[in-house]
Amino acid sequence: MPETVIVDYDAGNLRSVQRACAEVGLAAEISADPARLRRANRIIFPGVGQAGSAMATLNRTGLADALRQRLGEGVPVLGICLGLQISLDHSEEGDTPTLGLVAGETRRFHFADPTLKVPHMGWNTLRLRQPHPVLKDLHEDDAFYFVHSYYTVPSDPAVVLAEATYEQPFCCALGKDNYVGVQFHTEKSGRAGLALLARFAAWDGVFKAAAGEANRAH
Amino acid sequence: MLTKRLIACLDVRDGKLAKSVKFVDTKDIGDPVAKAREYYDDGLDELVFYDITASSDERRIMLDVVEAVAAEVFIPLSVGGGVRTVADATDLRLAGAEKINVNSAAVQRPRLIDECAHALGNQNVVLSMDVLRVEASAAVPSGYEIVINGGRLRTGRDALAWALEGVKRGAGELVVNSIDADGTRDGYELTLTRLLSEAVRVPVIASGGAGTPAHLVEALTEGAADAVLVASMVHFGDYRCSELKQALADAGLPMRMRW
Repeated sequence: MPETVIVDYDAGNLRSVQRACAEVGLAAEISADPARLRRANRIIFPGVGQAGSAMATLNRTGLADALRQRLGEGVPVLGICLGLQISLDHSEEGDTPTLGLVAGETRRFHFADPTLKVPHMGWNTLRLRQPHPVLKDLHEDDAFYFVHSYYTVPSDPAVVLAEATYEQPFCCALGKDNYVGVQFHTEKSGRAGLALLARFAAWDGVFKAAAGEANRAH
Repeated sequence: MLTKRLIACLDVRDGKLAKSVKFVDTKDIGDPVAKAREYYDDGLDELVFYDITASSDERRIMLDVVEAVAAEVFIPLSVGGGVRTVADATDLRLAGAEKINVNSAAVQRPRLIDECAHALGNQNVVLSMDVLRVEASAAVPSGYEIVINGGRLRTGRDALAWALEGVKRGAGELVVNSIDADGTRDGYELTLTRLLSEAVRVPVIASGGAGTPAHLVEALTEGAADAVLVASMVHFGDYRCSELKQALADAGLPMRMRW
């Protein structure tokens, strides 16, 4: 039985994530069973869809509690796209209270410039704000595939690992202890995305965010 | 910075690649899975498969193709052709398609867009439109008319009005395919592309007519497109994906240049 579980909460096509995991040698099981999640030694928390319905499903099924518990026990967790967005405390999407794994909120893109399109869709590069084992060896020209209308605003800037720019810089990867979350679809981001998944597969879940102001400098 | 996208469209008939010229004469050009892999390895940003199989009995073949491609190509994969119901869309999604393209069936029954958007999320529903240049009239004030069934049937529907309606119903992206330009290699229909791109706030993909790298540059600048779709240019070996991307980057457009 694979030790890695991809959390299934009716939020999009999880087989893409599973296929990408297989490509980097990580056997992962898609499961909607909280008991199975509690036995996982590595968790991928993806998702596409709407924050409100996602939270309703996670709460109703008990997956939310299982995820919180396993995260608290130190298991490495990777949030992807909606999985990242609902890891914060609150989402502007449907004014939804979310999981609160990381302090902060998810906001919608609002642009004065009418030529800027929402969702932010396509390939974009990252600017690293601090080193993290899962983002190691990233090249500045590595691009990742994004599709989203909301973005995360963590309360503590020290958890920001990388930013992307769409009119303005926004947090597109964050890390807190054994949790790491990315806004882009790493499973659809070519070799750069597969390399990130491979590093997550090898990660022991240990990360200490750079403390205080030091890492906030540009 | 958000890059512009190079998208290749593969028309698949009975599990094999086909490329049409002006939607009439189609010829086989090979194995879609091998082609998809080749383009992925060469830096393509996104793939579109269009199922032009006539008989619905053959749909399983297309699902197998999608599944085989999704197992080895890790870029966004969009599939269209013959999507008439949410169940069709869901089958393709499970096989590995990120995005579903709807076209003729949505023109005939516009609620299909709402239904797919509700089931898959707006960002995964692409409205593909085949457009013919006509005399502007009361029914078609923009001078661009929607045609369906592979370009064979005029609908009397205005392309601009349809684009706006499609987005309102939940389409997250538009493919604007000019029937006049398709297969000609004389360049995209820039006026049409710009008209629609400026009218909607979802990404617009220019389609039909690309023959040279300069045509791609035009579509992304004068045409205001977010992405360009190519077919013949790459299928017959005239250009490589990497070469096209390099040409776009050299023209100053933001492109993904590491893969």
